[in-house]
Amino acid sequence: MDSSRRRVLQLLGLSALGLSVKPVLNAFAEEAEQQAQAQIKRGENALSAQQWAMVVDTRAFESEDDFAPLIEACHKIHNVPVLENKRHEIKWIWTDHFHNAFPGKAARFLSEEVEKRPFLVLCNHCENPPCVRACPTKATFKRESDGIVLMDFHRCIGCRFCMAACPFGARSFNFRDPRPFIKETNKQFPTRMKGVVEKCNFCAERLAVGQLPACVAASDGALTFGDLYDPASEVRELIRTNFTIRRKQTLGTEPSVYYIV
Amino acid sequence: MLELAIKGSKRYYGWMTFLLAVIGAGFLVYLWQLDFGLGITGLSRDASWGFYIANFTFLVGVAAGGVMVVLPYYLHDYKAFGKVTILGEFLAIASVIMCITFILVDLGQPMRVFNVFLYPTPNSVLFWDTIVLQGYLLLNIIIGWNVLEAERNNVHYQRWLKPLIYLSIPWAISIHTVTAYLYCGLPGRGFWMTAILAPRFLSSAFASGPALLVLLCLIIRRVSSFDPGREQIQSLAKIVAYAICVNVFFFLCEVFVVFYSQIPEHMDHFKYLFVGLYGKGAYVPWMWASLTLMVIGIILTVNPLTRKNEGVLAVACVLIFLGTWIDKGLGMIAGGFTPNPLHHVNEYIPTLPEIMIALGVWAMGFLVLSALFKIAVGVKEEVRA
Ligand code: SF4
Ligand code: SF4
Ligand code: SF4
Repeated sequence: MDSSRRRVLQLLGLSALGLSVKPVLNAFAEEAEQQAQAQIKRGENALSAQQWAMVVDTRAFESEDDFAPLIEACHKIHNVPVLENKRHEIKWIWTDHFHNAFPGKAARFLSEEVEKRPFLVLCNHCENPPCVRACPTKATFKRESDGIVLMDFHRCIGCRFCMAACPFGARSFNFRDPRPFIKETNKQFPTRMKGVVEKCNFCAERLAVGQLPACVAASDGALTFGDLYDPASEVRELIRTNFTIRRKQTLGTEPSVYYIV
Repeated sequence: MLELAIKGSKRYYGWMTFLLAVIGAGFLVYLWQLDFGLGITGLSRDASWGFYIANFTFLVGVAAGGVMVVLPYYLHDYKAFGKVTILGEFLAIASVIMCITFILVDLGQPMRVFNVFLYPTPNSVLFWDTIVLQGYLLLNIIIGWNVLEAERNNVHYQRWLKPLIYLSIPWAISIHTVTAYLYCGLPGRGFWMTAILAPRFLSSAFASGPALLVLLCLIIRRVSSFDPGREQIQSLAKIVAYAICVNVFFFLCEVFVVFYSQIPEHMDHFKYLFVGLYGKGAYVPWMWASLTLMVIGIILTVNPLTRKNEGVLAVACVLIFLGTWIDKGLGMIAGGFTPNPLHHVNEYIPTLPEIMIALGVWAMGFLVLSALFKIAVGVKEEVRA
C-alpha cells in the first residue's frame, strides 16, 4: 500500500472529522461521517500478523529439482524476467551452497549431505532492515502492520544504495527493460521498468486476499509461513521444537527466515 | 566577470572545443544508456556500484581538498595563500559539479531524482550527502565569486562573507566524511566497515586535491602572465607530502588490523585486490601500481631536494594523483563488492561506454574549471596591470 496515498486518506478522514464537529455544518454531518471512514479497507480474507516469518525445513530438499517448482511459482506470478546475461540477472528466490548461503557458518568439514544439498535463499524481511535505513526516498520501507519489507517501484530512483546495504544479496536491479524477457505476463501483478530495484515481497498481494505465499504453497509443507510474534503460530511451534539458524545473524538485522538444518 | 571566460586566445578556444567534443561523445553514449538502461555498463547484481560512483567518491575528495588553501589563509592568516585561495574554491566548484553529475548518470531513474527531496529521509546517508554537496557547491560559488569581484574592484570583500568562509572549512570536511559514511555503515561489507574509512578518505583528498592544484598552478604560470608563486607551490607541495604520508599510514593501519585479526570477511577483499581470490584478480596490477605510485610520491615530495625542483614536483604530483585515483577510484568500490555477500567472486570490469560517459563528465568538469580559472587569472592579470 502506497504510504503517501494512505496519508492523504488519513488526512482526508481527519479533516472530515474536524468538519463534523462544527455545529454550523451539522447538515453535512452525515456525509462527513462517511468520509471519516475513508480508508483502504483490508480484504475480508486478508491474513495478518505482527511480523510475518518463514521457516524452511532444509531437510525436505535434496536437489535443485526439489526447489524448481517453488522458484518457478514465485518468478512466474511476479513477472520475474529470465535474462541470459548473468550480469543482468533478476531473482527473488534461488538456491546456493551451504557455505554461500551461510558464510562463516560452514565448518571446515561438513556432513556430506549438507555440503551437497542446495539451500534456499530469499529476502529475509529483516526486523531491523539495513536496506530500509539506506533508501533515500522510502521507496523501500518496512510495512508497520505486518513487518514485510516492501518496495514502491514507482518511487525508486535506482540509486542502488539498498543493494549495497543488504548483506544477503537479496536485491536485483533492472539493468534493462525486463518486459520482453517475461515469458508469460501475469496481469495480476505489475511488471517493472528498467532502472528500478526489486526483490521478494513475501507475497504481500497474496496475503491480502487470504492466500499463503506462492513458494510456501508449492513447497508441500517444507516451507511454513506465519506470525513470529504469535506464540501459537505454526512457525513458532517449529522454532520451538527444532534447532533453527538464520543467515548472518551476527549482523543484527534480525532475519525473519529461519532454517531447520 | 563572466565576459572574461569567453574572451581568450586561440589555444584557449582550441582546448574548450576539445573538451566540448569529449562531452558531446559522452553525452551521446549517455543517451544510449538512458534508452537501454544501465545494462551497457559492467555493473551487475553483485557489483551494483562501479566506475561512476568510484569517480564520484574520488572527486568529492578533490573538492574537499580545495579547503587546504582556504584554511591556512583564513584561519592562520598565512598571507601567501591569499593569491591562490580562489583557485582552491573554483576547483571545489568544478569538482562538486562533476560529483553531482556522476550521481545523476549512475541513477537508474534519473527523472525521479527529486524524490529525494519530495520524501526526505534523514536516516539515509545518501540524503545527507546530496544536502552537504549542494551546500558546499553553493558556499563556494558565493564565496569565490564575491571575493574575486571585490579583488577586481580593489575593495575588501563584504563583511557578511566571513562567517560563510569559516563555515566552508568544516563543511569541506563534512562532505567527505558523509561520503565515507555511505560505505562504512553498511553491515556485511567488511572492506568498508572500518572507522578509519573517513579519515582515509580525507587524507587521500588532502593529497590529491592540492596535488592537482600544484599542477594547475604550474600550468597557469605557463599559459598566463599570472604567477601563483613559488612559495605558494612549495607550501602546497608540503601539504601534499604530509597528506600522502598520512594516507599510506592509515592504509597500513587497516592492513594490520585486517591481516592480524585474520577475519575472513575483512581479509578476503584485500586478498582479492592485492593477490587475487579464487583465481580472479583483475585489480592486482592496478593496486600494486597505486601503492608504488604513492610511495614514489612520498619520496619525491618529502625529500626537499626533489620537492624544490618544480619539474620533479610536477611528476610527483601526477604520480600521487594517479595513485590516489586508482586507490579510491578503482579499488575502493570494486574491492568492496568482491567477493559478494554470498562469497562469490564475480568481478566488475567497467565497459567502454561506461568509461566514455565518465570521460564526458570529467571533460565537463574541466570545462567548468577552465572557464572559472580563466576568469580568476583574468582578474589577477587586470589587477596587476
Ligand atoms: S534481506 Fe536484505 S533486502 Fe531483505 S529486508 Fe533484509 S536487508 Fe532488506
Ligand atoms: S534503488 Fe530504489 S529502493 Fe533502493 S535505495 Fe535507491 S531509491 Fe531506495
Ligand atoms: S514469499 Fe512470495 S515473493 Fe517471496 S520468494 Fe516466496 S513466492 Fe517469491
